[in-house]
Amino acid sequence: MSKQPERIFVKGNEAISRGALAAKCKCFFGYPITPQNDIPEFMSTHMIKAGGDFVQAESEVAAANMLLGAAAAGIRSMTSSSSPGMSLKQEAISYMAGSEVPAVIVNINRGGPGLGDIGPSQGDYYQSTRGGGHGDYRHFTLAPGNVQEAYDLTIKAFDIAFKHRTPVLILGDAILGQMKEPITPWEPEAVDEEGGRDWALTGRTDGREKRLIKSLFLAEGSLAGQNKHLQEKYDSWQDLAECEEFECEDADLIICAYGSIGRIAKSAVRKFRKEGKKVGLFRPITLYPFPNEQLRALADQGKRFLTIEHNMGQMVDDVRLAIRMVADSDFYPIYPGNLPTPDELEEPILNCLEGK
Amino acid sequence: MSRIVVQEDRCKGCLLCTTVCPVDIIVQSDRFNVSGYKVAEVPEADADKCIGCASCALICPDVAIKVYKTPKKKGGK
Amino acid sequence: MIELNEKLVFDRPESVIDRPTHYCPGCHHGIAHRLIGELLDEMGLAEKTLLASSIGCSVFLYNYLNVDAVESPHGRAPAVATGMKRARPDKFVFTYQGDGDLASIGMAEIMHAANRGEKICVVFVNNTVYGMTGGQMAPTTLIGQSTTTTPNGRCQTHDGSPIRMTEIMATLGGVAYAARGSLDNVKNIRQAKKYLKKAFEFQTNETGFGFVELLSGCPTNWKMTPLQANERLQNEMIPYFPLGVYKDVSEDGGVC
Repeated sequence: MSKQPERIFVKGNEAISRGALAAKCKCFFGYPITPQNDIPEFMSTHMIKAGGDFVQAESEVAAANMLLGAAAAGIRSMTSSSSPGMSLKQEAISYMAGSEVPAVIVNINRGGPGLGDIGPSQGDYYQSTRGGGHGDYRHFTLAPGNVQEAYDLTIKAFDIAFKHRTPVLILGDAILGQMKEPITPWEPEAVDEEGGRDWALTGRTDGREKRLIKSLFLAEGSLAGQNKHLQEKYDSWQDLAECEEFECEDADLIICAYGSIGRIAKSAVRKFRKEGKKVGLFRPITLYPFPNEQLRALADQGKRFLTIEHNMGQMVDDVRLAIRMVADSDFYPIYPGNLPTPDELEEPILNCLEGK
Repeated sequence: MSRIVVQEDRCKGCLLCTTVCPVDIIVQSDRFNVSGYKVAEVPEADADKCIGCASCALICPDVAIKVYKTPKKKGGK
Repeated sequence: MIELNEKLVFDRPESVIDRPTHYCPGCHHGIAHRLIGELLDEMGLAEKTLLASSIGCSVFLYNYLNVDAVESPHGRAPAVATGMKRARPDKFVFTYQGDGDLASIGMAEIMHAANRGEKICVVFVNNTVYGMTGGQMAPTTLIGQSTTTTPNGRCQTHDGSPIRMTEIMATLGGVAYAARGSLDNVKNIRQAKKYLKKAFEFQTNETGFGFVELLSGCPTNWKMTPLQANERLQNEMIPYFPLGVYKDVSEDGGVC
């Protein structure tokens, strides 16, 4: 039985941390970088209390590789960072994708490029959805739009990771990570804490065959075979793509936006609806796999599209790819470094509605 | 007496074993193995000189040498 | 002439898989593998061992030891091993790394895993050269040593000095045991096994981090015969990298 519903008032970062503990995450490896610091800080005490282990690593590189080790041992494990640190984690994420190790990684996206700033940004969309490291790979990328969803999707991330033997990225931003909201925590039932029993490194107990987790494939044809296997796995995820469609049914114009911007755009849509303007919101929840079919279905109804992102235009590529046979999307960038407001979005939406 | 058995398909002809034999009986043969290495051997004439110290096996990087030893009989060799 | 009561007194340890290695003739990796295999058997560790392998010639160690293993990115094995040990503290976890992997690209990971006192073992094979990639200068390359990236010899003012890792390890609070052995002759090989055993014991009795450096020959990249390589090891390497135990907390009271 799940616990009685209780309400708690927490930051997005804490919701992600609590979600991980609810999902029986047992190892956390972190490194300080703003604006994700609440996650390792929370984990440093609560993970130990939960009977797991916490290590403050010497670098994001090391934290991600500790994650690789713990996850290869079949234990539910997590790391978190913000954008510059995510660049450093890509090495290990590529290895985890290549050797099919399930783990959860959190990126509380901040401004870039380079050191950028510590404010919100969606500048890491490409890195998060294209396989941010070397080689051909993808991983699940979940983009919560509010604090409750951050909690819920973190629990879900662990299930996806172990079911599909893949790294899963939770992509938030400084707004989501630092914003406090009331949420209802819940405990998933029957978490399988030994979900890697068929492949995890546990020692050759009882004389079983040794197990090897690797991404090196030198024999002729073997790397091609591995890449084919991985691609088939990624293709099979397409049916699992999720999105929120808000006021889309009779809308003339669909705003495409994810994460915090999706939420801000929703406020703008509500305002326009009160004025009788037919605007809807399409908010991808899985950025990879991208909800192509859901978006294409809207395009088939003759709707128009405006993609709004807190970057210079990244997800708009996926929107255009999804609808390319029947429609196109306009794009409005919120420059990373600026804090977006619903008011700011009104003009570009109105312009689009009026065909300017 | 003692003896060594060189697993010839594993020997890479590095000859490290020849440098550590205290009775100096291991030499490079004229035989090539399937990998093209001239393998190490103890010539038959020297076979009874082996003292079973296993030095050759200890230094062999390819674990290609087995060592057999016969316990001394009471009152004799 | 085979006598009936003769005994097999030296054979491949069970933990070393019966297959040819990819190593060049005279390469000492095979000796190090065998010593580890013997200890895993003798100490009854094989079935609880998790190996974090590294990048370089030794990447294929996982093909030669009959234990569970994960492939680590270049230099990261101590971090990967940290993750494995934290996840499964009841297992025996070790890394096996070359000098380029450990003392160059992986310097941060080895230093901090050691300093945290992770209850893991690190076997460090130092042959003063990047082997797998074709003989480039390593952090341990000796002054004057010719490599493919120091064709006129390593120059101290241009390239820096060879790093002595075991000495550095001995200064770190979390390190329970640090020793340097060599694989060039029978006496040193026997001694190297004792060092490895001690380092392994510091993990099995949950004391702390164990580090064993093994000086090794790389005849191919040194452009020498195996016998010449052994002479170089004795005449040039050992004087710069002196053998011995640099730290043993069982002798001076333990780490906290």
